[in-house]
Amino acid sequence: MEAFTTHTGRAVPLRRSNVDTDQIIPAHWLKKVTRDGFEDGLFEAWRKDEEFVLNRPERAGATVLVAGPDFGTGSSREHAVWALQNYGFKTVISSRFADIFRGNSLKNGLLTVVLPQETVDALWELTEADPTVEVTVDLVARKVLAPGVEAPFELDENARWRLLEGLDDISITLRHEDDIAAYEANRPSFKPRTQAA
Amino acid sequence: MARTLAEKVWDDHVVRRAEGEPDLLFIDLHLLHEVTSPQAFDGLRKNGRQVRRTDLTIATEDHNTPTLDIDKPIADPVSRTQLETLRKNCADFGVRLHPLGDVEQGVVHVVGPQLGLTQPGMTVVCGDSHTSTHGAFGALAFGIGTSQVEHVLATQTLPMTPFRTMAITVNGELPEGVTAKDLILAVIARIGTGGGQGYVLEYRGEAIEKLSMEARMTVCNMSIEAGARAGMIAPDDTTFAYLRGRDHAPEGADWDAAVAYWRTLRTDDDAVFDREVVIDAAELSPFVTWGTNPGQGAPLSASVPDPASFDNPSERLAAEKALEYMGLTAGQPLREVAVDTVFVGSCTNGRIEDLRSAAEVLSGRRVADGVRMLVVPGSVRVALQAVEEGLDKVFTAAGAEWRHAGCSMCLGMNPDQLAPGERSASTSNRNFEGRQGKGGRTHLVSPQVAAATAVVGRLAAPADLTEVTDVTTPAGV
Repeated sequence: MEAFTTHTGRAVPLRRSNVDTDQIIPAHWLKKVTRDGFEDGLFEAWRKDEEFVLNRPERAGATVLVAGPDFGTGSSREHAVWALQNYGFKTVISSRFADIFRGNSLKNGLLTVVLPQETVDALWELTEADPTVEVTVDLVARKVLAPGVEAPFELDENARWRLLEGLDDISITLRHEDDIAAYEANRPSFKPRTQAA
Repeated sequence: MARTLAEKVWDDHVVRRAEGEPDLLFIDLHLLHEVTSPQAFDGLRKNGRQVRRTDLTIATEDHNTPTLDIDKPIADPVSRTQLETLRKNCADFGVRLHPLGDVEQGVVHVVGPQLGLTQPGMTVVCGDSHTSTHGAFGALAFGIGTSQVEHVLATQTLPMTPFRTMAITVNGELPEGVTAKDLILAVIARIGTGGGQGYVLEYRGEAIEKLSMEARMTVCNMSIEAGARAGMIAPDDTTFAYLRGRDHAPEGADWDAAVAYWRTLRTDDDAVFDREVVIDAAELSPFVTWGTNPGQGAPLSASVPDPASFDNPSERLAAEKALEYMGLTAGQPLREVAVDTVFVGSCTNGRIEDLRSAAEVLSGRRVADGVRMLVVPGSVRVALQAVEEGLDKVFTAAGAEWRHAGCSMCLGMNPDQLAPGERSASTSNRNFEGRQGKGGRTHLVSPQVAAATAVVGRLAAPADLTEVTDVTTPAGV
């Protein structure tokens, strides 16, 4: 995983709540067996509308998505995270994220930042009034910065450490191989098996 | 210390606990399907890793499979590649697979319980959010992303931060004609699509205890639609009776040991939940959604709400956008909403009891002119059972299409989709924009409401139908 320390970029204000994973990446894109090439599927239905914020020329190259509450609800498809990253987003700000989406994002180095809705409102107003405004998401200092905005955010210390270091979960877990083997040795015999080991 | 059901199951699976780190949990059962696993197997290959416990892993094909002409090569080359990739991955890594055409093939969340692989007190994961279904057995079951699929394949564990716990207590008895689906839709409308975020829900109370295992699965299945990763119901005699004799259920002394353990899996009397919601079953009635998220629902007897009636500005805006997308007007009675398509199936409502109840409504009746009805059994086993009971004949005699098992129109990945502007009454779990096909409009309903809607052509409950007079149609049920 790519490490995330701090990022500065222009923003896309997405004034919608409950942006579900079917909107982020529709199901027909899920037939692909790779982790890349999902950028054209990102918000595919909404992008048919020329006026959709992502289609506005002034938003080209923006890397910070500022969305309404309950972003990423619905399915567990990690393709939603890949689509956002493939398109070029480095971080998503919202007042509330769906659990599975949040977990997926942090495992891929897409930083999802939870800020109070008032701060999200302020970022929307700021970046709608001036699309050239840059927003900084600083994971080291755990702060979001923009002109007139200085907002601290919370992130579980362990998740933050893994993001800052760009660490792969599996390698960390495999350091505890002995613990896993010890647990396995004590599992009750009535637990089902799908086939002989 | 007094503990809830979820906490007991969690504690029994902790492989490693350290200050400032997530708990490392052992996973008892890992279910795989074609859509969320290819990139995980790629990751294993890239790092030279194996599947640690092929004996705790099982795969089936469901999301992307056709429900017609399954004996022919799959027309869409991209879909075909995805299924071939799963077959190759399972062969290369030694994973048991039930492919299209196999008698144990079906929707992953129908297959696991049906084989007896889902049991009380287990941890069950799958790269699919509706893994919460398995919580009906008192298992801690949750959906995971592809990175976590790879993690479980490699280590049979997951690092997890503990959930908070929420009790959903449903007191009293469900009135006649009110189903598990109506109940869970009402719960989601009550707590909202984000209400369960960070929680494991435990459904309890008299109305829950009286539900069959299949009805309990319907309830737990949609926990994710309330934002919760998992939903659970304490195992009881109903659970044990369902399990006994299934392929992978314990036998002999193992059965006795298992039941003795399973009986301990109840929330202690003095345990405290982080949040409690109480619902009176007697107040519930057939429930349908009117909007584009599963929390936007109302009793069938109600009208489409006025967005102005929502105090929360974000909910008001969401309601305005939903009505526009759904082509509905505030104040329109829900019973007047006409549909083009009716879908009975999915991991929510694709089990034999669901098919029986839809068939009971359709028996001796006809699907309304201009309405297309698809009945897609949740698994091949469900389909075979339905055929044995003559349900397939009831469906086809009524003018419905009887299809092969799979996820089908629930997510519209295969060719079973709505056309732009088309409207469905669907027994599935998500009414998101375009979920069942680009521009399609979805109303979530129970199998009974789906069948009655098919007959009337507008959203309807069985109680709205006139008595059957045509006795020439095979009854079948």
